[in-house]
Amino acid sequence: MSVVFKPDETFRGEFTYSNSVAAIRRFPLPFAEDNYMYSVNIEPHAPGPKGSVTEFAFDVDEHYVAECKERALVLAAEPLRYQALPHMMSSQWDCLELVMESLSHDYPQLFSLERRSNAWHWINRPLGLDQRFTFGDVASLPCEPLDYATRQAQGDFVVMDQRDGDLWAEAGMVTTQADWSMDFDLGMTFREWHGPVPLAHEMQVFDRALKFLLNLRLGAPVRRLNWTMTVHPRLDTSPENYPKWGQDRARVTAKDAGDLVHLRVELQGLWRLPRSNAIVFGIRCYLISVRELATVPKWARRVHRVLKGLHPALVDYKGLTRYRDAVVEWLAPFDDGAPTTPGAGPE
Amino acid sequence: MSGGQTIEVVVKAIEQVTPLIKHFQLASPRGEALPAFSGGSHVIVVMRGEARVHRNPYSLLSAPQNLDSYEIAVRRMDESRGGSHFMHDRLRVGSQLEIAHPVNLFGLDKIARKHLMIAGGIGITPFLAQLEDLHGGLVPYELHYSVRSAEHAAFLARLQAREQEHVHIYYDSENQVIDFEGLLSKQPLGTHVYVCGPAGFIGRVLDAARGCGWSPSHVHWEQFSAPPTGDVFQVQLARSMKKIVVPQDSTLLEAIEAAGVDVPYLCRGGVCGFCQSKVIECDGELLHYDHFLSDAEKAGGKTIMPCVSRARANHLVLDL
Ligand code: FES
Repeated sequence: MSVVFKPDETFRGEFTYSNSVAAIRRFPLPFAEDNYMYSVNIEPHAPGPKGSVTEFAFDVDEHYVAECKERALVLAAEPLRYQALPHMMSSQWDCLELVMESLSHDYPQLFSLERRSNAWHWINRPLGLDQRFTFGDVASLPCEPLDYATRQAQGDFVVMDQRDGDLWAEAGMVTTQADWSMDFDLGMTFREWHGPVPLAHEMQVFDRALKFLLNLRLGAPVRRLNWTMTVHPRLDTSPENYPKWGQDRARVTAKDAGDLVHLRVELQGLWRLPRSNAIVFGIRCYLISVRELATVPKWARRVHRVLKGLHPALVDYKGLTRYRDAVVEWLAPFDDGAPTTPGAGPE
Repeated sequence: MSGGQTIEVVVKAIEQVTPLIKHFQLASPRGEALPAFSGGSHVIVVMRGEARVHRNPYSLLSAPQNLDSYEIAVRRMDESRGGSHFMHDRLRVGSQLEIAHPVNLFGLDKIARKHLMIAGGIGITPFLAQLEDLHGGLVPYELHYSVRSAEHAAFLARLQAREQEHVHIYYDSENQVIDFEGLLSKQPLGTHVYVCGPAGFIGRVLDAARGCGWSPSHVHWEQFSAPPTGDVFQVQLARSMKKIVVPQDSTLLEAIEAAGVDVPYLCRGGVCGFCQSKVIECDGELLHYDHFLSDAEKAGGKTIMPCVSRARANHLVLDL
């Protein structure tokens, strides 16, 4: 697939972000049925169909350049969105290797990596970067390895050390987190970070997920989809910046919901890292306006029904309380009651 | 999904390092780099003999920085079950093997203030790789290695060459024993202790640690002993609708695999919990040999770890 980047679209200010027809059709809709219940739904991160967002370990799409620019803006204003504790250095190199190996292998026309023992040469054509460095030597890179690699990747990354039968989030690049996720803090355990989730009073769901992750194997990554909604295509809806985006939610009406409200889907991937035995949690965010969604008749019906029937506790948890009804009203004319085909695909 | 995809390797070198231990160097047949790993990792080696397939875990002892080859050491076990005889008698330089991706269930704690490593006999192997990770670092460490005699001390030269001041060796032949209580009672706060060796050896260290008031989160151990043998018994696999017989010298897991049914596993030593299987019916006694289930779960009789545990029953049905 040859990607045409849209380097000038924005996730703030004028919000010029939009999806091409091709991007809409490959959007990872998280609803395989007309209703939605919370579940952990972890599956192997095996290569998906050609052209899909799961074809490769890390999906590079038309928003790549713009998202990297957005990340740089967030970091310039708030450098602490990137953090790593000192004992996480070997996991940082593991992450750098994972990102560079995957991108150069999967998108050879965009990225290249040459390795002669520890002498590495990395080229990122979309961002115009050409970097020679010594693997393992922090001083040979312009910044720390996790920082360097994830500035050139879409999505957030949290690296978790494994000890005491738990996972500890101790390094991360977090500039695109969704408003519903827990405030990410360095040093949190897996459970603190993910709980509490409403209705998963089956906290056992989490205990099981944790146990599963503690045994996550090298060479066998896993993934899951999660979702919420965001007003405007705003990537950075962090708790720190709530004042900047919080009021947006009150402004949505049934007239403009199609343009203002975006479905926000996270493709979450988890990889065991080889040298550090840590786990990296990649959280890749896909945004699509309700109007763009509604260009696919099946999805218009599906999303209308899912939102209409959503459990009140989930509506609250996902922060949709103020505008869910407006979106349902906006979508209603697209739903003629016809049955939808099974699965999440557009047809 | 059992063990993930395997990696093909070829035996590059074999060395008899003690009267009982052979050292093997494994490399990719195409000369490619093997997957990176961390000190304390093991691989499951798949050995396809004529009569049966063995899958044994062995610690990687080579330097994690060197991915041209992996090194493992295999002690010849007394009983003939398991794969140690296969490894000792059948492998030649050039033999092909399959291994699973490295798994680390015995990693060093990254925020420990000090690492105290205690090895008994062949239990030295995971520490050899960990020493490579620790060498030249800021965190203090020491290794206490108990072994029958100098002749039986594998990798002595390797240890002494570089780790002289960190290593303490105790020879049974000279009546030298590690004073576990003494050692464990004088460690600075924030020390983590790691022990690998025969079951009784590990047990004594764990007892001493408990006695000295160590927090369980600071005590780590790993044991790869051959799973126990026992009487023949029959099992029914409900989902795959198979009836199988577990021979004396085979584990339940091996027998299930031989029948073509896949069970996920990581350690094959009753530690990781991956192979846990549901018991639907059992008219006799489950013989639990694992270190994973709680005593209550063992007594409950509803679940079993087939990699090490067996049964004494006429009618046993598993949800597999
Ligand atoms: S495979 Fe680890 S407990 Fe059975």
